[in-house]
Amino acid sequence: MSRLEPVFSACRAEARAALIGYLPAGYPTLEGSKDVLRTMVSAGCDLVEVGLPFSDPVMDGVTIQRAAEQALRGGFRVRDLFGVVESVAEAGGRAVVMTYWNPVLAYGVDRFARDLAAAGGLGVITPDLVPDEGAAWIEATDAHDLDRIFLVAPSSTEERIDLTARSSRGFLYATSVMGVTGARDVVSSAAPALVKRVREHTDMPIGVGLGVRNGAQAAELAAFADGVIVGSAFVSAVRDDTVAALTTDLANGVRQAPAAV
Amino acid sequence: MARGQLAPTPHDPDERGHFGPWGGRFMPEALIAAVDELAAFYEKARVDPEFLDEFARLLRDFAGRPSLLTEAPKFAAHAGGARVFLKREDLNHTGSHKINNVLGQALLTKRMGKKRVIAETGAGQHGVATATACALMGLDCVVYMGEVDTERQALNVARMRLLGAKVIPVKTGSRTLKDAINEALRDWVANVDDTHYLLGTAAGPHPFPVLVRDFHRIIGIEAREQILAKAGRLPDVVAACVGGGSNAIGIFHGFIDDPSVRLVGLEPGGDGIETSRHGATLTAGTPGSLHGAMSYVLQDSDGQIAEAHSISAGLDYPGVGPEHAFLKDSGRAEYRPVTDAQAMEAFALLSREEGIIPAVESAHALAGALVLGRELGPEGLILVNLSGRGDKDMDTAIKWFGLGVES
Ligand SMILES: Cc1ncc(COP(=O)(O)O)c(C=O)c1O
Repeated sequence: MSRLEPVFSACRAEARAALIGYLPAGYPTLEGSKDVLRTMVSAGCDLVEVGLPFSDPVMDGVTIQRAAEQALRGGFRVRDLFGVVESVAEAGGRAVVMTYWNPVLAYGVDRFARDLAAAGGLGVITPDLVPDEGAAWIEATDAHDLDRIFLVAPSSTEERIDLTARSSRGFLYATSVMGVTGARDVVSSAAPALVKRVREHTDMPIGVGLGVRNGAQAAELAAFADGVIVGSAFVSAVRDDTVAALTTDLANGVRQAPAAV
Repeated sequence: MARGQLAPTPHDPDERGHFGPWGGRFMPEALIAAVDELAAFYEKARVDPEFLDEFARLLRDFAGRPSLLTEAPKFAAHAGGARVFLKREDLNHTGSHKINNVLGQALLTKRMGKKRVIAETGAGQHGVATATACALMGLDCVVYMGEVDTERQALNVARMRLLGAKVIPVKTGSRTLKDAINEALRDWVANVDDTHYLLGTAAGPHPFPVLVRDFHRIIGIEAREQILAKAGRLPDVVAACVGGGSNAIGIFHGFIDDPSVRLVGLEPGGDGIETSRHGATLTAGTPGSLHGAMSYVLQDSDGQIAEAHSISAGLDYPGVGPEHAFLKDSGRAEYRPVTDAQAMEAFALLSREEGIIPAVESAHALAGALVLGRELGPEGLILVNLSGRGDKDMDTAIKWFGLGVES
């Protein structure tokens, strides 16, 4: 069974979508990232995504790129990730990790899954690993009982949506626009269509992300998605010291619309 | 042109682009549809007589192929007396081998009905070639170039702009080739419907390593015929510089089934591989995934990609194409580092002795030939891929040799 099932079923019981907030570990500092994540949890994130800062984040826009650079300049090491995840779990929150594939390879695929599970992490999102190349990863996450979240995009074919859904556990990450991370003014019109297509292949919860920055946008997505994923807006909120307020706004947003059927 | 240039070979990867454990597709799902489409179009094109004829015509009438094979006896005198022949890719239109791949991919772009082309460039040679092909074929062109490289290759920036391309300096990360590729990939994800990413080297996700290699196989096909005609036998060694590995894989493939011919790739050794300032990926790298494929990568123990360092902007890259990783492991090819100093010495030597100013990239292959020639002795026969000309490197030469105006 999925480790994240309780998160989504609790939200479903309240007839709403889950709020999923992202922050790179080590941003603004190692201890600072633990503080921010605790605030995100206590102010209403149902799930947090702890990002692993990477030197070459090709799926990220400039906001998250800069945050990752800052974390790495501050001396962030991959082994520090597990302490950050642990601090979320200790604060009563639930955490998955979002990471590019090369740091996992370098750390050791099985070792990474083992250490993350031991730290209380529930799953991993891998934006540049497709299931076709994921045999070792599927084996390691099965062995250590971690959810694995692959991505689907508006460009994915039906066959690929099917493959991705069959290979994932926990939820599916639907990128709502063709593009990299970064807050946007309007929520993409491609998202509802993509979610509709995905639902024909799976009953798994679907998280939608890329571009959300306020409660009103979260409410729009919550009308058809099971989870609303917010990243760059949290990074910016750290800079502006408005994390609690943003979380509250988004948490209200996901409660405004009826949950998807 | 040899009709078989693009024909499938026994050295092709599996269907998903794996050369043994190397290659494949380690990239965002959002781009998988685009590389699938590209692979499907390429598989048709590589056996389509109409495509082959059109490509052959462009190589002949626009790029100026076949390129010459020139013997370099005075240079060879410094190489232990071995005979040295130069495959003159520097004489192609736009001044390097890059045009071969660019013309092939630009034709594919038209077949796919895409109107916009993006590219990365290091030295600017691939950017210039791409801007040229786009001007020829009426495609919009955007070139990403690290800010460090726009400074050291200012002449090529001007050429691209004159050709109608938009050059975007990349200010993130190490501000060199690797970051230019990151930025091009970000553009591609957002614009994939109407945009082809015209990758400039035999790296990246499948099918790029195969199709870039195939568009450059003409180098090896011509060179093999030419050296048999001129020297009466196969060379002992084929030497080529390796950045991402496109010129090297193109010439290597002409000889890959000739077991007596050693294939030697020369990597940028920068300040020396004992320092951290180099780009010798195959010599000093470890397995990793970068820019869409598994290959050797320069990285730290956390898997953070290292910054490469080389005097040559075109070799300044911490990754390398997956087929080279495979050839290294199988032992079919060998790879050696060449320092900045060795490369610049060879750069000056070829200029003075033969009246040919090579690209600093190609000077790495020449420096390798000097060492290999001494190892082989006077009986030796070496074929060097002179991948490009050195006009673009005058600023580098002025700084290195102090070639200012004498007062
Ligand atoms: C003249 C020349 N040679 C070689 C290279 C290196 O690329 P590759 O290893 O793909 O041949 C470049 C790249 O810019 C180049 O301009």
